[in-house]
Amino acid sequence: MMDPERIKELIESHLPECTALIHNDMGDGEHFAAEVVSSAFEGLSLVKQHQLVYQALGDHMKSDIHALALKTFTTAQWAQRN
Amino acid sequence: MADAQERISDLVTNNKVVLFMKGNPTMPQCGFSARATTILTHLGAEFAHVDVLSDPEIRQGIKTYSNWPTIPQLYINGEFVGGSDIMMELYQSGDLAAQLQA
Repeated sequence: MMDPERIKELIESHLPECTALIHNDMGDGEHFAAEVVSSAFEGLSLVKQHQLVYQALGDHMKSDIHALALKTFTTAQWAQRN
Repeated sequence: MADAQERISDLVTNNKVVLFMKGNPTMPQCGFSARATTILTHLGAEFAHVDVLSDPEIRQGIKTYSNWPTIPQLYINGEFVGGSDIMMELYQSGDLAAQLQA
């Protein structure tokens, strides 16, 4: 079991200028979806962007998070989207 | 573990398109693996698959190989492309079809 707030905290504290929106739609504390915005993603491939988020979550990805559907945005992409 | 890394390296080198997944394309054992299979099938791609549930060594080893914590994982021409979220994004942008043809 993992608290969505804790996931948000971990991601936001590891990435610069970062906002993370976490959804736990099933309410089971194991399957999550996240939208993550950070200036660190600029110029990186999608794989590298997702790897930064996985790094921030460390061992939680191997234990209490069963699934994390991930969507990453650079600050510029996010601004365009909204 | 070195053995697993070598086996993975052989698999991604000897097959143009390889999907490491849970279950097989006919009976995927996880929603994310099912989604990955659907995307490739929809694009008409021929792909090899490795069922990590029947091979614990590969199941752990593939995560180290790509520095990626989850399955499925797609490789094209020996390169790690991404998991099912990235596959979906690349499918929608048309980049995945392009990479499959390259």
